[in-house]
Amino acid sequence: MRVALMVTCVNDAMFPETGKAVVTLLRRLGVDVEFPTAQTCCAQPMVNTGYLDEAVPVVRTFVDAFAGYDAIVTPSGSCAGSARHQHGIVARRSGDAALERAVAETSPRTYELTEFLVDVLGVTDVGAYFPHRVTYHPTCHSLRMLGVGDRPRQLLEQVRGLRLTELPAAEECCGFGGTFAVKNADTSIAMGADKARHVRDTGAEVLVAGDNSCLMHIGGVLSRQRSGVRVMHLAEILAATEDAAVTA
Amino acid sequence: MSGTFVGMPAFPEAARAALGDTQLRHNLAHATGVIRAKRSRLVTEVEESMPESGGWEALRLAGAGVKDRALRDLETQLVLLEERLTAAGATVHWARDAAEANAIVVAVAQRHQATEVVKVKSMVTQEIGLNEALEAEGIDAWETDLAEIIVQLGDDLPSHILVPAIHRNRAEIREIFLREMGKVGKPAPEGLTDEPAVLAGAAREHLREKFLRAKVAVSGANFAIAETGTLVVVESEGNGRMCLTLPEVLVSVVGIEKVVPTWAELDPLLRLLPRSSTGERMNPYTSTWSGVTPGDGPQEVHVVLLDNGRTRALADDVGRQALRCIRCSACLNVCPVYERTGGHAYGSVYPGPIGAILNPLLKGTGDPQTDSLPYASSLCGACFEACPVRIDIPEVLVHLRSKVVDGHRDDTVPKAEAVAFKGAAYALGDSRRLAWAERASGLAGRVMTRFGRTSLPGGRAAAGRVPGPGVGKWTSARDLPAPPAESFRAWWKRTDGGRR
Ligand code: SF4
Repeated sequence: MRVALMVTCVNDAMFPETGKAVVTLLRRLGVDVEFPTAQTCCAQPMVNTGYLDEAVPVVRTFVDAFAGYDAIVTPSGSCAGSARHQHGIVARRSGDAALERAVAETSPRTYELTEFLVDVLGVTDVGAYFPHRVTYHPTCHSLRMLGVGDRPRQLLEQVRGLRLTELPAAEECCGFGGTFAVKNADTSIAMGADKARHVRDTGAEVLVAGDNSCLMHIGGVLSRQRSGVRVMHLAEILAATEDAAVTA
Repeated sequence: MSGTFVGMPAFPEAARAALGDTQLRHNLAHATGVIRAKRSRLVTEVEESMPESGGWEALRLAGAGVKDRALRDLETQLVLLEERLTAAGATVHWARDAAEANAIVVAVAQRHQATEVVKVKSMVTQEIGLNEALEAEGIDAWETDLAEIIVQLGDDLPSHILVPAIHRNRAEIREIFLREMGKVGKPAPEGLTDEPAVLAGAAREHLREKFLRAKVAVSGANFAIAETGTLVVVESEGNGRMCLTLPEVLVSVVGIEKVVPTWAELDPLLRLLPRSSTGERMNPYTSTWSGVTPGDGPQEVHVVLLDNGRTRALADDVGRQALRCIRCSACLNVCPVYERTGGHAYGSVYPGPIGAILNPLLKGTGDPQTDSLPYASSLCGACFEACPVRIDIPEVLVHLRSKVVDGHRDDTVPKAEAVAFKGAAYALGDSRRLAWAERASGLAGRVMTRFGRTSLPGGRAAAGRVPGPGVGKWTSARDLPAPPAESFRAWWKRTDGGRR
């Protein structure tokens, strides 16, 4: 099975540790993951802001970069959702039949990390060790656009040393929403503040989620509040073991 | 009396004002929380009571299917509806827009020398500004839904589809009743408390004399059944039934999307609506009527079939699903944006997620207020999940955003955002260009951290408050991690994917 890592533009530029954690984790599970260097972005920022024409070259780059892989794995529910549900819209708009066919090839093979681990590899115990109090925020796109369900929980429950605490109003949006965070900054911050309050109420040391964009927003609020709560991507927790912390 | 949404600022500004109102936020969070819990209990009940028939999801699909069938075949259904209504003794009028509809209602009222009318189920009449049109002709229009009375007496605007006065609490309502009722009719009783039952009683007393006096009533309709020419109104208080039966003349203003082909097809809709809206199994009152029955009820019945942008919405192949909406308000009650900003920020009688798509679909894009609405969402998808007729609101929002953007493609001076996205498309169209941009951002990161002198838990450097339009808005209340010195791509290349 040829497996490609779609690291996502946000992780590539802002959170390289998450990409490294996915590599560490997948190798430990016996997957020889490749990084097609021609990849850039899933085009979601353009699509969700209404710039569909601008999304066309980005989707084209995506399908070219990932052509021929059996699985495309990404540590982002949002970007997996974009590949699965938005690339078709962009391709249709472009009127390019070849692009439409290419999207039909890559879209269904794109997996969010926990889907890939649980559904494709069939593992829930990835041999991780993380002795901390953790609370989990299911991000909207992984929850509703992809329907990852309880896969992240199944994985977290098998992590040795980890104590999982219930996040109140977990399924409510954190207020990130891509350009929403800037276009409607006041509303976004009000939502983020409520999410941060719920996180603090759990008494957890670490807030974990499957999307760094949402974590950047919630973490930004938590940091400004000097809460001391750290945010971490799920992949980094799953990659952690007794012997080696994440290769960073 | 009763305000107007005309001249409302675009959503972000209106929202900012609402966000500062802590009482409003408290009222909304409480009220939507209560309805949300009731709704989800009843949805679970359907799940559990009818597993063999596919549960709630099957019911949603059935409801969506009924509305889609009606919309696909709209012209035939409407002509049939007109035919059956006319045969039953009603007069059917067609109105292309608000002005035509208002003129029809005003003419009927004037023919009967009415100086006042009573109203029920009047969202569509709010849409067309009927009260203002009647007022201009010296005719008073009295709302009779409890929540609508509160809004009208408070000289306020509705902020929710089902509970237009959701932004008011009991104490505020008592104040409004004490202050205003006497000015326009029977005053509030002495010793009025803020018990819900006492407030409802006061409203009932106040209304009774209006029902008995008014010659003309105006209503909307929840559904219009084509095969029999029957209008349907569902409600909780029974005031509507008074309105529909006591006056001599009844004028119903009905959006053309309300048509349902047959009685049998009404079934899933009548099960979906109360569960999704009030969290009840059935509506307390369901009234149906068809034309005129001699000696019983109104002896003159008019039905105004209103377009007002609906055919425009129907012509939009992605957006037309919004016309399935049965105005249950479930999407409002689960919307995290609505919960914080309230309904007024949407500048329309249709607020919340459905308002964010329906207004641009009905009015067309191109106006700054309307164009701000598709962006008034974080695209979290809670609305789609809650919608009983499966309107994919996030999909329509994104589609409408592209219409807003496309409307500006020929601008002589492009918006900064458009320039930025063109630049991003260029950088993201090729990985070498992206790698270059990332190196630049790594450098910028080093500059940026100097502004904030802060670090995130875990030790990573971060930028605190940074000036400037985009980043400035982000950092007004959120720290921003500084870009790392090395991108993932650069790390992979340097270490051969960690193997070196
Ligand atoms: S869009 Fe759906 S959830 Fe919202 S009011 Fe209409 S029917 Fe109800």
